[in-house]
Amino acid sequence: MDYRNILTICPYCGAGCGLYLQVLDGEIVGVMPDKEHPVSQGKLCIKGWNAAAFVHHPDRLTTPLIREGDSFREASWDEALGLVADRLTHIRDTYGPDALGFLVSAKCTNEENYLAQKLARAVFKTNNVDHCARL
Amino acid sequence: MAGLAAAFGSGAMTNSTPEFSQHTRCFLITGSNTTETHSLIASHVLKAKERGATVVVIDPREVQIGRLADLYLRPRPGTDVAWLNGLMYVIITEELADQEFIETRTEGFEEMWRVVQGYPPERVEEITGIPAEDLRAAARMYAQNKPAAILYAMGITQHTTGTDNVKSIANLAMLTGNLGVPGGGVNPLRGQNNVQGACDVGGLPNVYPGYQAVTSPEAKAKFEAAWGVEGLPDRVGLSVVEMVNAAGEGRLRGFFVMGENPLLSDPDIHHARECLEKLEFLAVQDIFMTETAQLAHVVLPAASFAEKDGTFTATDRRIQRVRKAVDPPGQAKADWEILCMLAQRLGAAGFDFASPAEVMDEIARVTPSYGGVTYERLDREGSLQWPVPSADHPGTPYLHREKFTRGRGRFHAIEFQEAAELPDEEYPFILTTGRIMFQYHTGTMTRRSPKLEQEAPEPYVEMNPEDAARIGLDGARRVRVISRRGEIEIAVRLTERIRPGVVFIPFHYAEAAANVLTHAALDPVAKIPEYKVCAVRVEPVAESET
Ligand code: SF4
Repeated sequence: MDYRNILTICPYCGAGCGLYLQVLDGEIVGVMPDKEHPVSQGKLCIKGWNAAAFVHHPDRLTTPLIREGDSFREASWDEALGLVADRLTHIRDTYGPDALGFLVSAKCTNEENYLAQKLARAVFKTNNVDHCARL
Repeated sequence: MAGLAAAFGSGAMTNSTPEFSQHTRCFLITGSNTTETHSLIASHVLKAKERGATVVVIDPREVQIGRLADLYLRPRPGTDVAWLNGLMYVIITEELADQEFIETRTEGFEEMWRVVQGYPPERVEEITGIPAEDLRAAARMYAQNKPAAILYAMGITQHTTGTDNVKSIANLAMLTGNLGVPGGGVNPLRGQNNVQGACDVGGLPNVYPGYQAVTSPEAKAKFEAAWGVEGLPDRVGLSVVEMVNAAGEGRLRGFFVMGENPLLSDPDIHHARECLEKLEFLAVQDIFMTETAQLAHVVLPAASFAEKDGTFTATDRRIQRVRKAVDPPGQAKADWEILCMLAQRLGAAGFDFASPAEVMDEIARVTPSYGGVTYERLDREGSLQWPVPSADHPGTPYLHREKFTRGRGRFHAIEFQEAAELPDEEYPFILTTGRIMFQYHTGTMTRRSPKLEQEAPEPYVEMNPEDAARIGLDGARRVRVISRRGEIEIAVRLTERIRPGVVFIPFHYAEAAANVLTHAALDPVAKIPEYKVCAVRVEPVAESET
């Protein structure tokens, strides 16, 4: 039996409360507040207490998918990324960089958002980069 | 956050959440359902209240935090600039302004006063419906209990006049010298957990990481050198709403979407679907099959927050570590890994990172306000609030201490303008939309969390009982809400929380997305769609129809 508490941050709102994910044999079994956290000070709201409820949900996407007609078929990473790379490159080469757009995400980490905007700007040469949550 | 950047030179929350319970003596809360959307920030307000702080809430909808208010005002929606100017009128004419702060730290006071002169409380009452005496009382409470903090959220920014609203809020805080002090400030509460960080690291069409303008030749040269590339684009790109429209017009042909569901968060959902369906290629990277992913040509399975390392930046500029607890399901991978793999497929250099810690090292090199951030420091110190320019800098709990980022704080002279769409005979109600506590943004995560789904299982519209009687609801449980753009059928809840003439729909639900109805007029500067105000008609649905 392997039990660990992993200190992390609530994924729900900008308050940024601290919490521990309780992990038993590779599965999250609970959430605990972080007493030392300067904002949440050992408390969480109902969303924080349920922060991990969707993580092991059966609807999670588990494999790359490629459209075929009206449905999707499973694909390997190699095939899916190859297709993304080819199609984006083709559109840029045919219509110019500003025919491409990139949405980054307020749910992703700083590192991921940084890489996504770097990909748009440095590789595809477009500033069409935004996210939905400035809204 | 264009409004704050224009006033102060920096667009972020000026102060820190823990200061509210420690220092703040008066809160002015507006356009923020704080108790429900930022509960643990509200708990600092609660603690302050217990030690005697005053709370003023100004919101068209009776929000839960209104229950703690010493004074609670309900203006007509879309009239924020008018009551903000009214508060300033009272503060200036009753000589409650901070003269020394105005003289030594700001500019533009005279121009601002020339406009604000036109907003005596009696005129403001005519525009907003706030009784003149209540407005005077609110102005005195805010000006006389220092430090005073203004807290606001999307209720303020989601208007065609959003940027004006924010500039007016900045005016009010400068007028009373409530900047550069612990417990004061202008505090936009960001909705989703990492909006602040996504903006900080360049997830915007006009700036590189650290808000360095893409139009600046120096910034361009700097990033070309840092990234080892040539010819970075120097024109401002399209915002999300503009990208969706450009897709509809065939100007945007390929769209790469990471962790967002733009279909459901776009203000005009029918239009958004039509536009996205025209794309030549749509790739979506997400943890669930969202409404947007269903339209994609390729869907890439991503890892959730519990399955990866990284950092989030909280609304008070607090950079904190996210830590991997479990492996992602099946073949899913972290977004940072997918992006690196994709870049390598494209033959691009500069994406061979072995870990998010290495990505942060690069962010720190190119982003002055993150200059001193490393995983090692975050592990040791818990969190760092930017700006943290160097390895020996402790971080910055509150901004603008001795001077503003732009030097002097700038007052803006702002006249009140009516919202883009007003109620009329055919569409007599004002519809406002917003968040409720148990569901989060488009609901992709919360609606798959059984406890959260139980708390708020069904979409509904809130309506005042007086209005219900007027439209002849007569016990019907469902209504049709109709705007110029579309209609939805939805359950109705009668409540005194909402003022007559106004109806409210939370926007988390795909089956009755409030965004079908709302208005895509854009704030000309911030390009935030006007979600908060649009005109609708409400009709009862007979039981036999349902
Ligand atoms: S626990 Fe609640 S208040 Fe804290 S970050 Fe999560 S959602 Fe926000």
